[in-house]
Amino acid sequence: MTSPTDKPNDGGVPLPVVPAGATSGAPAEFPPASPAGRGMFGNQGTGDVSGYGGLVRQRQPIEEASRPYGGYFDEVRDALEEAYPAFNDAIEKVVVDRGELTLHVRPERIAEVCQVMRDDLALRFELCSSVSGADYLGADERRLHVVYLLTSMTYRRRVRLEAAVSVEAPHLPSVTAIYPTADWQEREAYDMFGIVFDGHPNLTRILMPDDWEGHPQRKDYPLGGVPVEYKGAEIQPPNERRSYQ
Amino acid sequence: MTTSNYASERETDEGRVFTVTGGDWDTIVSGTDPINDERIVVNMGPQHPSTHGVLRLVLELEGETVREARSVIGYLHTGIEKNLEYRNWVQGSTFVTRMDYLAPIFNETAYALAVEKLLGITDDITERATTIRVLMMELNRISSHLVWLATTGMELGAISIMLYGFREREYILDIFETITGLRMNHAYVRPGGVAQDVPDDAIVKIREFLKMMPKKLKEYEDLLSGQPIWTERTKNVAVLDVTGCVALGITGPVLRSAGLAWDLRKTMPYCGYETYEFDVPTHPDGDVWGRYQVRLAEIRESMKLVEQALDRLRPGPVMVADRKIAWPAQLAIGVDGMGNSLEHVAKIMGQSMESLIHHFKLVTEGFRVPPGQVYVAIEAPRGELGVHAVSDGGTRPYRVHYREPSFVNLQALPAMAEGGLIADVIAGGASLDPVMGGCDR
Repeated sequence: MTSPTDKPNDGGVPLPVVPAGATSGAPAEFPPASPAGRGMFGNQGTGDVSGYGGLVRQRQPIEEASRPYGGYFDEVRDALEEAYPAFNDAIEKVVVDRGELTLHVRPERIAEVCQVMRDDLALRFELCSSVSGADYLGADERRLHVVYLLTSMTYRRRVRLEAAVSVEAPHLPSVTAIYPTADWQEREAYDMFGIVFDGHPNLTRILMPDDWEGHPQRKDYPLGGVPVEYKGAEIQPPNERRSYQ
Repeated sequence: MTTSNYASERETDEGRVFTVTGGDWDTIVSGTDPINDERIVVNMGPQHPSTHGVLRLVLELEGETVREARSVIGYLHTGIEKNLEYRNWVQGSTFVTRMDYLAPIFNETAYALAVEKLLGITDDITERATTIRVLMMELNRISSHLVWLATTGMELGAISIMLYGFREREYILDIFETITGLRMNHAYVRPGGVAQDVPDDAIVKIREFLKMMPKKLKEYEDLLSGQPIWTERTKNVAVLDVTGCVALGITGPVLRSAGLAWDLRKTMPYCGYETYEFDVPTHPDGDVWGRYQVRLAEIRESMKLVEQALDRLRPGPVMVADRKIAWPAQLAIGVDGMGNSLEHVAKIMGQSMESLIHHFKLVTEGFRVPPGQVYVAIEAPRGELGVHAVSDGGTRPYRVHYREPSFVNLQALPAMAEGGLIADVIAGGASLDPVMGGCDR
């Protein structure tokens, strides 16, 4: 096994450049350094003579939603604001995109917010459907995001909570005391992203072997792979093939 | 009469009794604690025929009673989620289909729905494609429940049902082979529609299957339901109530067997399920017997759905009209799966240079998906199958996470097993229907 830092950067993986203004604390911005914004063919000064190499794609940034959000989203926000006094401190940003409501929560507040979301009679998010991690390398200092998908069986609603932490201090409170189902899912997020859930009863690796080094689903962890010979030609491993971005 | 140098002897009513002493025996006896040392730790799996694939259970036993149960997973982890990040969006369907290998159509459909939601083309999916997806999903649900019945029967000692279940499942796999070219791992449902229209002989086969299946279901029930061993092994075994299920995130037949009619097809419909006529079976007891009853009833409901979907199949396209997204969708079925579309090859190679360029770009480069994230959940045979997909605006997924019902449901095993008998660990574990390919991904 090669260590994660053996290779500097392979196809499709954004460069770990911290862009200007990244310290504003706003998570979920997509990496400006991502190859997806670098031109149609993702090339950097190579011999592209087609003239298209200079094309820059405009990408719409995902912005904070303004009221009214529509649907049940306003009700959810109002109910949470009423039931949770520290709302303004805890909620960093509200995003409505593609018919889904995302509340960006300060990581240290996530367990409190979950508690209110579960127990308040007007919210009643009884089921924690999913907890997963995502690594927005290069977007922000707090590049590791934990995404909680809460489901209200009573009102048939879904809400996404998102908390962002940095690699240097990847700590946030565990929600296992509120949603016992988060147990294995938090272990998976720890295993794959190295996010540490404080207060988790047994935060150990779950899918990778116990003695594994590194956190495989981080963006700076290489995919690995060996070249394959096929009909006399050598096919590179997937992470070394040309990527179109 | 013999005298022993090693043991003192005395006469009793029942004959001569020797008392053996000496050596290390005293130290051995004094070193044990008969009250607390009766616990033994047993490793069940990862290669145990009754653990549904490579699941390892660490059981702490006191006699035959399980005091602690811990499941160890990860033996089948293949890094599918990470691999997806290095392939384009359409190639993803060939990866996700290999997660839960008993329910490949569900994995593909959930993925396709997520990509379509990211692209904003959910409403552009043709009616025929959606109906085919429903048809395939419900057939797949039947085949998955049949495997559950077969393997659970075998694990509880009913070998005949194992043969019957696999026999009928083979019939469904034949239907899948006729439609997709492959028995499993189809990559049939693709972002934008499905890869191939349903051929006429498949419709005939499905109709035959629908005619045959009710008799078979009756056979299963005759074989199992009244049988005292089966009822003894399942009734009041591995009970989990609604509170326990919701706290542990358990969905699907296990939740419904506890009495809560939570089925995403009804409660948060997708693929037009709200327009179909079907019931959500529940059971009040929350035990293995209840899960057996619920799954058998679900097979019957799925057959109703298959029949309705067949009646609704109207001729039409099975791929979205947008040529920037649609892959060539009419492929010939070869002996080893889906092959080329001769018509399409003739066009791009012989007639239109622009078509060739377009085809080349679409297949090697793929389409771009606007940045953002979505969560799409469908009701898989094992419960809520959710896909959290993130795009950064490129041609490859930035992150795809599967909320796998097998993974989440397995957390209930300690709650079901602890305090029960070791034999009921098998019954309880089987009733969760975990598929390790899905659990470990």
